[in-house]
Amino acid sequence: MTEPAALSVHSLSVSFSGRPILKDVQFEVAGGEFCALIGANGSGKTTLLKAILGLVRPQSGEVRIEAGAGVARIGYVPQKISIDPYLPLRSRDVVALGLDGARWGWLRRSAAREARVQEMLEAVGAVDFADRRVGQLSGGQQQRVLIAHALVRRPRLLLLDEPLANLDVRSTAEIVALLRRLSVQYRTAVLLSAHDMNPLLPVIDRIVYLASCCAVSGKADEVIRTEVLSRLYGYHVDVVRVHGRVVVIAAHEPEEIRAALARDPVHTAQVP
Amino acid sequence: MYPLELIVPPGFLANEPVRTALIVGAGAAIVSAVVGVFTVMRGQSFAGHALADVSSAGGSAAFLLGISPLLGFLGVAALAAGAMEWADVRDARERDLVTGVMLGVGLGVTALLLYLGTIQGSTSGAAIAVLFGSMFTIPASIVPLAIGVAGVALVAIAVIYRPLLLSSLSADLAQARGARVRRTGLVHALALALAVSLAAMTVGAILSTALLIGPAAAALRFADRPGRALAWAVAIGWAATWGGILLAYDSFYWTPGHGWPVSFFIVALIFIAYLLAGLARWRPRQPALRRPA
Ligand SMILES: Nc1ncnc2c1ncn2[C@@H]1O[C@H](COP(=O)(O)OP(=O)(O)OP(=O)(O)O)[C@@H](O)[C@H]1O
Ligand SMILES: [Mg+2]
Repeated sequence: MTEPAALSVHSLSVSFSGRPILKDVQFEVAGGEFCALIGANGSGKTTLLKAILGLVRPQSGEVRIEAGAGVARIGYVPQKISIDPYLPLRSRDVVALGLDGARWGWLRRSAAREARVQEMLEAVGAVDFADRRVGQLSGGQQQRVLIAHALVRRPRLLLLDEPLANLDVRSTAEIVALLRRLSVQYRTAVLLSAHDMNPLLPVIDRIVYLASCCAVSGKADEVIRTEVLSRLYGYHVDVVRVHGRVVVIAAHEPEEIRAALARDPVHTAQVP
Repeated sequence: MYPLELIVPPGFLANEPVRTALIVGAGAAIVSAVVGVFTVMRGQSFAGHALADVSSAGGSAAFLLGISPLLGFLGVAALAAGAMEWADVRDARERDLVTGVMLGVGLGVTALLLYLGTIQGSTSGAAIAVLFGSMFTIPASIVPLAIGVAGVALVAIAVIYRPLLLSSLSADLAQARGARVRRTGLVHALALALAVSLAAMTVGAILSTALLIGPAAAALRFADRPGRALAWAVAIGWAATWGGILLAYDSFYWTPGHGWPVSFFIVALIFIAYLLAGLARWRPRQPALRRPA
């Protein structure tokens, strides 16, 4: 590995009131690498990201972020954030707070600061709604603003918690492409959680897969294989190539769905 | 007759209780408006109200002991604010419950102290003064303390300005960004205690919420950036307070022998500002889409 690891997680264990959520999680993300954190609902993706940020205290283990870098060198986009439409903050203000929002003292305007904010707004395609209240934007627009907020200090590591939830197919593709472009442009390592890996397949270098408290990590082309993924998911999935793209599909309905359907069959709606 | 006398009645500015009311009232209005904008943004309006009600216990104790009521309001409000932040309840619903219980206890103690006061007989007007304010009876000796309190509150808000904005956007985001979220919350709560005590001195403990929340709520209806929201809230609160004092002074001529309470006029003006702020934002509604018949 030529680049030093931007993030290394060593045998990290987290439990909430005695219930283990993460056990002995271990993986590394190299500088500039684009890494997907995949796992079902409740598998601990958010918990892992918060432990990396230091918002959740681990039972044991260690998180190392590239030498000399503290929490402030990480950009973070949380999973769900409901912004009050009355909040008197424009997209522009939110991005500016990413620059110096943690510092004490009154805001001081400077041309350099505004230029940096403007550049970031352009980079994420948020110029059109830069002067609107952030609470009144759509989910996808807020997502862009929060990404700009997280990236405006050029962190070495960007953590995003399900940035693709709530996005339509087109916005999903746009955000993925945007993240990849910014990651390359700023040499930022990205760790992004999602439960569907398909939209990410064209861009990811590495996958961390979370299931039953444990993590499996590997290079994307080592993990995105029919045998490997089937083992991880616990049911058969196919990795297929169509139109030059890789797609992961469940070949059969997983056992649980079939069992649930058998218990509670779907009724067809009555049409008068 | 000078044109000014049409608005400012003769003797208005020469009157010492009026001058004291104008100074203390302006201080209370400015600080309440500034702190109030953040209190509303953080969704802590109820905490602000509770703090005011609890502080009335301090105000009534001060009347009973014969010390400055501002000190009484301040002491109890600061203690309550510290306790609330120290308890650090994150869940909004639980926070409301804890706040509600505290509010009840505070008002209960106030009831007891005011009752004891009336038994002693010397402080019959205390209940009205503590709960609903009595601007023209504020002693001039309080002015330096009031200005000091206002200054401290404003400086405190200026110091935590940026982390405060960031954490009203999202506490998680602020913490991840390295902001001192708890310290910021504590300083905000203490500034809130100062604002509420000043407001309690002027419009009374119960109505201080109007001075805290009203101008901020009106400003937030249309101002879309933090600096403007603060400026508008200050303008509305300040104008309503001075306007209220003026009207109350005038009202001595409307109903000979007795004037109307200042607090009533201030609250009424703030309410009017709130309604006007709604108009400022109002756009003609698009005609609803008709379904084809
Ligand atoms: N503060 C907490 N206290 C107790 N349990 C928690 C807490 N936070 C999370 N958990 C539990 O930890 C587990 C993992 O939660 P987490 O939010 O990390 O999952 P996730 O992978 O992000 O899920 P999703 O895809 O739904 O966002 C869940 O079972 C959840 O109930
Ligand atoms: Mg999650």
